[in-house]
Amino acid sequence: MLEAIALTLKLATLSTLVLLLVGTPLAWWLARSGAVWKEAVAAVVALPLVLPPTVLGFYLLVALGPNSPLGQAATALFGHALPFSFAGLVIGSVIYSLPFVVQPVRNAFEAIGERPLEVAATLGASPWDAFCSVALPLARPGLLTGAVLGFAHTVGEFGVVLMIGGNIPGETRVLSIAIYDYVEALEWDKAHLLAAGMVAFSFVVILVTMLTEKRLRERRA
Amino acid sequence: MSTLDAHFHGRHGAFSLDAAFSLPMHGVSALFGPSGCGKTTILRSIAGLNRMAGHLRVGDAVWQDAQRAMPAHARAVGYVFQEASLFAHLSVGANLDYAIRRAKAGNAGPTREALVDSLGLAPLLPRMPARLSGGERQRVAIARALLTRPQVLLMDEPLSALDGPARDDILGVLEALPAVSPAPIVYVSHAIDEVARLADTLVVLDAGKVMASGPTNAILTRTDLPLAHGEHAGAVFRGRIAAHHADAHLTEVDSDGGRLLVSAPAAPAGRALRLRIAARDVSIALSRPTDSSIVNHLPATVVDISPDPHPGHRLVRLAVGDTVLLARITEHSRARLALAPGLAVWALIKGVAVR
Repeated sequence: MLEAIALTLKLATLSTLVLLLVGTPLAWWLARSGAVWKEAVAAVVALPLVLPPTVLGFYLLVALGPNSPLGQAATALFGHALPFSFAGLVIGSVIYSLPFVVQPVRNAFEAIGERPLEVAATLGASPWDAFCSVALPLARPGLLTGAVLGFAHTVGEFGVVLMIGGNIPGETRVLSIAIYDYVEALEWDKAHLLAAGMVAFSFVVILVTMLTEKRLRERRA
Repeated sequence: MSTLDAHFHGRHGAFSLDAAFSLPMHGVSALFGPSGCGKTTILRSIAGLNRMAGHLRVGDAVWQDAQRAMPAHARAVGYVFQEASLFAHLSVGANLDYAIRRAKAGNAGPTREALVDSLGLAPLLPRMPARLSGGERQRVAIARALLTRPQVLLMDEPLSALDGPARDDILGVLEALPAVSPAPIVYVSHAIDEVARLADTLVVLDAGKVMASGPTNAILTRTDLPLAHGEHAGAVFRGRIAAHHADAHLTEVDSDGGRLLVSAPAAPAGRALRLRIAARDVSIALSRPTDSSIVNHLPATVVDISPDPHPGHRLVRLAVGDTVLLARITEHSRARLALAPGLAVWALIKGVAVR
């Protein structure tokens, strides 16, 4: 049981880091680009919101499988096939949780507007300098929301994990799978413990986020 | 004398712009015109915030030519926006430090201490921008712009978002700026009173074109421009206090139009002043009156006489001293006095606004 909890936290932490690294530049581009096809990209990013996780998991399984060029490249890179491995889970989680990070971060970047960046330029800040010293700090509430939603959403995923991760203890057997197993095996007391723990954990995370975001905004108002 | 030379042309949104002008690299130059005349677009193009075709040379440095344009962050400008634009995530002090860390090396400029002192910022330093009044924010924005050590300070209607008292306060700050910072100022405005108070050089814009440019009084008194035909038409004299008569509450001023007696607060002799004389406050007499309550009489020569929007009025340009004065009189009076170009007359000045 502890192994499942540790694995879940590890997966969620790693996925959140990757999500921020990938999602922040993507959100910046979506907020600032004038490209006509950017909304098409935004729609692709948002797909996991509406698709059944099994559909996503199925295509990931196909794409990362040993018969696809992508899968062969990944196998060469990681030394083993990605499906039914922890690395595969991270990739699946990142794609599955991407809209939960990109949307709030994009909104935060758009709310900043053009002016603070123009001011930064007239004060001698290069675009990269202005991004780091003005855009990121001003978007902090959005980044926090995105990180927490991405983390919590990864902790709570089930369908994608089941499709591409399977149920390997210590490798891919995360909390949600463990709960499912306990219910299947009629070990209701353990299922109760984990399920209640998830409810409490989620509640605390969301409450703390909301309070922190409120404080961040108040400091500025 | 070193200059800022600019020529910008092209379409921007709904209008097309084709403006060329040259400004001195000292004092205050105003880009003046109605909303939508392109003055803000020109200012933004000088800063590199807009990309307009053309060329721009500031002193010895080419900032833009046909081949290339320096990016905004590489240009040594200070920019004060209409509404204060302080970084909301930084305290006032940190906003100032942001500019200092990125200041252009090699340029002269006031220090942080000098600016905090002369703009009265000390009590504001630890506060967040959201807790400042509009006038306080604009003071900080001006200080921050100067701390970048700019070669030119650009101001886009910095008073337009302020109410009465704050507006007067910042106007005072702006009048004192040339004493604080060596950077020339390019000031965008559509308010003639601001321009008359602040500008040494005036560029008049309309529909994306330069209609006239030159020293402020020369432009204000040109009767072929709309400026001389408005309600607030008038001349601006520069002067120095010659003496202050405390008993009479009057100050004697040596101006470029001649010696004038004005009501002004006591100030030491030698202090520079700016005098604004409205066209409607100037009358004309053929001989010097001795029985009038008007104290200021200047010998003048009629330069020319032009029609006024009011059909019964005429606008008379008078050469006085080294400069030009405007008088708005009735056609009836003009005919009675038989005024014509070249005639020697007396200009009777009923009111002088002192800055």
